[in-house]
Amino acid sequence: MQTRKPLVESPNGSVNLSNEEIARYSRHLIMPEVALDGQKQLKQARVLTIGAGGLGSPLAMYLAAAGIGTIGIVDFDVVDESNLQRQIIHGTSDLGRPKLESAREKIEDINPNVNVETFGEPLSSENALEIFEDFDVIVDGTDNFPTRYLVNDASVLTGKPNVYGSIFRFEGQASVFWAEEGPCYRCLYPEPPPPGLVPSCAEGGVLGILPGAIGTIQATETVKLILGIGEPLIGRLLLYDALGMRFREMKLRKDPNCPVCGENPTVTELIDYQEFCGIPQANTQAQADEVPEITVQELEGRLQNGGKVSVLDVREPHEYEVANIGARLIPLAELPERLVELDQDETLAVHCKSGGRSARAVKLLKDAGFENVYNVRGGIDAWSEEIDPSVPKY
Amino acid sequence: MPKIKIPTPLRQYTGGDSEVEVGGETAGETLGNLASEYPDLRQHLYTGDGKLRSFVNVYKGDEDIRYLDGADTEVSDDDELSIIPSIAGGCAGRRCR
Repeated sequence: MQTRKPLVESPNGSVNLSNEEIARYSRHLIMPEVALDGQKQLKQARVLTIGAGGLGSPLAMYLAAAGIGTIGIVDFDVVDESNLQRQIIHGTSDLGRPKLESAREKIEDINPNVNVETFGEPLSSENALEIFEDFDVIVDGTDNFPTRYLVNDASVLTGKPNVYGSIFRFEGQASVFWAEEGPCYRCLYPEPPPPGLVPSCAEGGVLGILPGAIGTIQATETVKLILGIGEPLIGRLLLYDALGMRFREMKLRKDPNCPVCGENPTVTELIDYQEFCGIPQANTQAQADEVPEITVQELEGRLQNGGKVSVLDVREPHEYEVANIGARLIPLAELPERLVELDQDETLAVHCKSGGRSARAVKLLKDAGFENVYNVRGGIDAWSEEIDPSVPKY
Repeated sequence: MPKIKIPTPLRQYTGGDSEVEVGGETAGETLGNLASEYPDLRQHLYTGDGKLRSFVNVYKGDEDIRYLDGADTEVSDDDELSIIPSIAGGCAGRRCR
């Protein structure tokens, strides 16, 4: 039944299933592709999931139910209201708790035979190799480029397969990156986009069900690799379009010039991934000069004292509908064409949801000759948290 | 004319269209015409010195043009080009609050 070398060798008597486990895994045991030996391989397997969020939720739950012996989880976040639309491993009663705690509880409820190992630190160049070394397969459910490249490079350097999944709005991508057998993530994308050019899920949104589709594909690939059955997604990029309800597949090739898995690699140890992705470590004076800021407290003070300041909201109209502070709305994308509607002599406080888009708007306005423009630090989120809780936080 | 599939993150620059038809004999020419037709798209596809950005991959059918003839890859009317940018989302961490 095996089509390739299984990731986990047949345990040969060192791993046994109890009668409870035999009953539990009955639907696996009657399939020749899994059977008793395969179920023991799953029990022997050690899978590391990076992130207990949108992708990590279905992934960890299905892997637990399937009988993976050890599931490691790296996450340092706590459960927030806005997670519950898609992160189904956490429930309403878990709000404010560390995600590792609620994930562990859910996994142990689904299958008490699973050994859960938790890592409550952010994955970093200092700890990644050591953590990865103890696992058979790495499953990437992260949400940012620095961690994606870190997971890729650490997987290549430790020789582990990296089961990749990524989501945005209604679209998902999945693949298996494994330098020993095919391309790695850097063969596909040698460099990350500069910060701000590609919107994050927090800015762009994501259909709550989408990580369910992609996370279960990742779980499927993980189980196939462990058992050595079927055709893995090595060398193929699977694209899922939920709106069109279409799957497409692109061919991936190993890049002989890949900086980490190519013939003459230049990346032979983990690097500073924040710097690699162009993310500044701290706001420098130059940046502060470029985008002057105003806090929500200062803004409220100025508005209350009749200070001459106009507030400009650069979010999208559908966001404005959800929550607004009565400011004038010009979405960032329309701003360049609508500059004429603004008075250059006015003092402008520009806000968005959390401060990213409005920083770009402030730069744009300054470049266009506006002198008194300020970015509202923390955006409408900060206004809701610190000034007026009646403004809903979304 | 060849069809170009536009990925979600870039649709805001094509008026929401997920597929557009643009004339061109090669992949490079077709993409260039696409960027001329939708000027806001240009900075997302090309670097300042006119090179295709390294986090944007272009496929003809299911083949990466980097492994065909790059920008010189010939395209015909029946061909479909896909722009596949890197997306980071998984919504695990603090950014997705």
